[in-house]
Amino acid sequence: MTGTVLSSGHGPDDPQQRDPDEPRGGTGTARFVARKVGGALTSLVLVVLLGFLLFRMIPGDPVATMTRDRPTSPEQLAQLRERMGLDKPMFQQLLDYLAGLLRGDLGTSYVFNRPVATMIGERVWPTILLVGTATVLAVLLGLWLGVRAAWRRNSMFDRAHTGLALTFWSTPQFWLGMMLLIATQGVFPSGGMRSPDAPSGFFAASLDVAHHLVLPCVTLLVVVYAQYMLVMRSSLLEEMHSEYLTTARAKGLRDDLVRRRHAVPNALLPTMTLIFLQFGMVVSGTVTVEKVFSWPGLGLLTYDALWGPDLPLLQGVFVILTGSVVLMNLLAELLYRVLDPRVRAS
Amino acid sequence: MRVTGQRRGRAAVAAMAAALLVAGPLAMPAQAQDSTVLRVALVQEIDHLNPFTASFASSTMIGRMTWEFLTLPSAEDTSPTGGVAESWQTSPDGLTWTFTIREGMTWSDGEPVTAEDAAFTFNRIMDDPQAAEANGSYVTNFQQVTAPDERTLVIETKEPQSSMTALDVPIVPEHIWSGVKDMSAPRTDEVEIVGVGSGPFLITEFRRNELVRLEANPDYWRGRAQIDELQFVSFKNSAAAVNALRNGEVDFVNRLTPVQFDALKSDPNIQTNQAVGRRYRDLLINHGAQNLDRQPIGDGHPALRDLRVRRAIAMAINPQELVDKVSGGYAQLGGGVVPAIFQKYHWEPDEQQRYGFDPAAARALLDEAGYRMGPDGVRVGPDGRPLELRLLGRASEDYAQRAAEYVQGWLGDVGIRVSPNLVSDNEVNELSSGGKYDLAFSGWGTNPDPDYVLSLHTCANLPVGSGSSSSPAFFCDEQYDRLYQQQRAELDPDQRAGIVHKAQQRYYEQIPSVVLQYDNALEAYRADKFAEFPKQPAGSGQIMEQSGYWGFYGATPAEGDAGGGGGGLGTGAWIAIGGGVLVVLVAGGVALSRRGKSVEDRE
Repeated sequence: MTGTVLSSGHGPDDPQQRDPDEPRGGTGTARFVARKVGGALTSLVLVVLLGFLLFRMIPGDPVATMTRDRPTSPEQLAQLRERMGLDKPMFQQLLDYLAGLLRGDLGTSYVFNRPVATMIGERVWPTILLVGTATVLAVLLGLWLGVRAAWRRNSMFDRAHTGLALTFWSTPQFWLGMMLLIATQGVFPSGGMRSPDAPSGFFAASLDVAHHLVLPCVTLLVVVYAQYMLVMRSSLLEEMHSEYLTTARAKGLRDDLVRRRHAVPNALLPTMTLIFLQFGMVVSGTVTVEKVFSWPGLGLLTYDALWGPDLPLLQGVFVILTGSVVLMNLLAELLYRVLDPRVRAS
Repeated sequence: MRVTGQRRGRAAVAAMAAALLVAGPLAMPAQAQDSTVLRVALVQEIDHLNPFTASFASSTMIGRMTWEFLTLPSAEDTSPTGGVAESWQTSPDGLTWTFTIREGMTWSDGEPVTAEDAAFTFNRIMDDPQAAEANGSYVTNFQQVTAPDERTLVIETKEPQSSMTALDVPIVPEHIWSGVKDMSAPRTDEVEIVGVGSGPFLITEFRRNELVRLEANPDYWRGRAQIDELQFVSFKNSAAAVNALRNGEVDFVNRLTPVQFDALKSDPNIQTNQAVGRRYRDLLINHGAQNLDRQPIGDGHPALRDLRVRRAIAMAINPQELVDKVSGGYAQLGGGVVPAIFQKYHWEPDEQQRYGFDPAAARALLDEAGYRMGPDGVRVGPDGRPLELRLLGRASEDYAQRAAEYVQGWLGDVGIRVSPNLVSDNEVNELSSGGKYDLAFSGWGTNPDPDYVLSLHTCANLPVGSGSSSSPAFFCDEQYDRLYQQQRAELDPDQRAGIVHKAQQRYYEQIPSVVLQYDNALEAYRADKFAEFPKQPAGSGQIMEQSGYWGFYGATPAEGDAGGGGGGLGTGAWIAIGGGVLVVLVAGGVALSRRGKSVEDRE
């Protein structure tokens, strides 16, 4: 939906619109892209190093934690240390870790003794499904409500929805999830992504997953839509003072047409960036929702990794999650340039 | 605006209608299932299904269902009963144990269960360090394990070992596992390997983080279970698991909190089980932490090395009030380190021996030990150091948070200032194993055989280095060690029980920790689907985390219950509702986009 609105946004009566034949500034764009990609790569390297150092500072000896509650001989402890590479000096561990990372090897989980990359791979899709659905819905709902609220600023609609959005925004996700679970009285499953006896067949199985998706998705949606709404509302309010809107109205265009074809497209830009940034953040923010609903995604994996602490797993999850934020950030910046001619010009 | 409003209404109606259309045919009754399924909520993760490496309680429990042990504790009173072994005898010197393997027992793939399988299992644990990861402690005293013939297993031990009929080691089929070179390979968790067993249930599906499905073993030697399928469904949130029990999505939930337990009591479809527990909870007193080389480690308050001070602490606190107020009455007052559930080996001080709650006596003891009351109400030792103690506990634990306040109050009354230090679980492990605490809340799960829990407090179990192992109380006492060795070598159960009692008494008198209580195990199940579960021990014990498989193996479906799907609505209805929601979303989206188009059309 946003796509069509956007393309129609740069109409002839848009005073901000530049000449469409204006050269896109080949070298300028290349330099811009190179600078942004370079920045992202630097961030990624820092993330990797930080991921390594950070988790070596958290308290708890992994071997002692793993062997707690069961008698372990000194030989067994030494053996475990050797298997985990903990007997090596820190610098050597870092080198091994980096070398592995370059080969796409994120190491082997201490607790589960499985390749971290495999474990993350299994969990990425459930999280993308959950976060993706929630984000799409939150964006649609947030933008729609934001536009309405701004257009009828200070109306009952505006005040009620802004108030509601702010209330939801400040609601603890864990509490909200539990309340929804209890309030729906078993209409939706209490946990998991699939029924133990999931029906076979693609359609039925998908419906089963969709059924499990409802509550976690709603919990996530309710908390995150507010920011889309509020950003959309405020950026549209700014646009509403612009002269081009007066021009549009003066031409005799109907009110909702002025809003949809002229005001909204220009107000959308700040929201686009937010969507990308938030997508990265939401992935890491699913820990709570996934814990409430036992959704087998990256959030739960992070939780399990912390419990150990399972260093390779923690590192892997950290790198993947923060890496995705960096990547989304980069995409947002590049896309912003494509979408907003003003950025390109400057 | 008016037009938009109307259109919005129309879109909603259309979406509802579409949802009903889709949902209608799908809203069929619960899937007709002839088989009885018992669904158990599993709140803990599964690390491995491979019985050589599985160490989480949930994983070892699944192993118990799948592979029969040599012998196992009975459901009635946890006394040893036959498993893979039919009978056993000991040589006069107590060093050689001969087990006769049960005749006619088979693996689920049809191969016979032989003494070679058992010998292979133990030898592999003895020879391969990776195979020793989970159960290595059981074979440390083994000299040699052989199978002279198919039905005879001979285990020679270095020293007499009374716990030989309580080896918590699943016996695995040699023809499957001998092909496994790397015991830690991820494929050893796959059904292909772990699916062949001899226990009451067989693993048929493992969806990591979601589900472990087990089917009743039709050829199980004790007879097929009454239920057809046993499913362990993963829940990461115990409140959600309780909710699932209420809704009939699962049939069994354990590890309930007192609040959850009380709330479930009023549900007519749910039966609760308050069972005597297998864990003890204690308050560690750092009386001088040391490592295996007897070098002092950590930074415990020196005053605690004085037995009189420890005694004063024990007398200043009131465990009964902790049981009543903090645990809501769902616990038994503590005594020795063997919980009251294991009657034979449990020891309790008599009235004279018990420290009892007596602040006046505690004050007198502290005076006697030379700790004079300071002007600020805190006692000061002869060295001028005030009696200020840190109390370590898990921030994640409700018990620690609440009990810390009581302890702080009680000890404050006798002139000991306590500052609670509630931190993350990892930090607790780090600090407590490094001896960096004065007082700490701790606890331990125990087995029917007392050897393991007693061994924890021997000098041999002191940590190798700081923070390297799990010695719960840093206890190292010659007299205790002697008693431990004696009970270990004593093969007569009654004689042994006497020595076990003495060892616990010694521990109690030396006060390396105050055993506060034995928590009850709180469980609940769907009474409308299941009539009965055998408890261990009979009558008062728990169902789920037993030493053995009795609880789920003996599960009896309620009369007239066909089993199967969740209570209330059936799977079909769930699917329909999910589908309905999807349709509403899709229809809503379509309606919205159509609205956009119609505006353009009119332009």
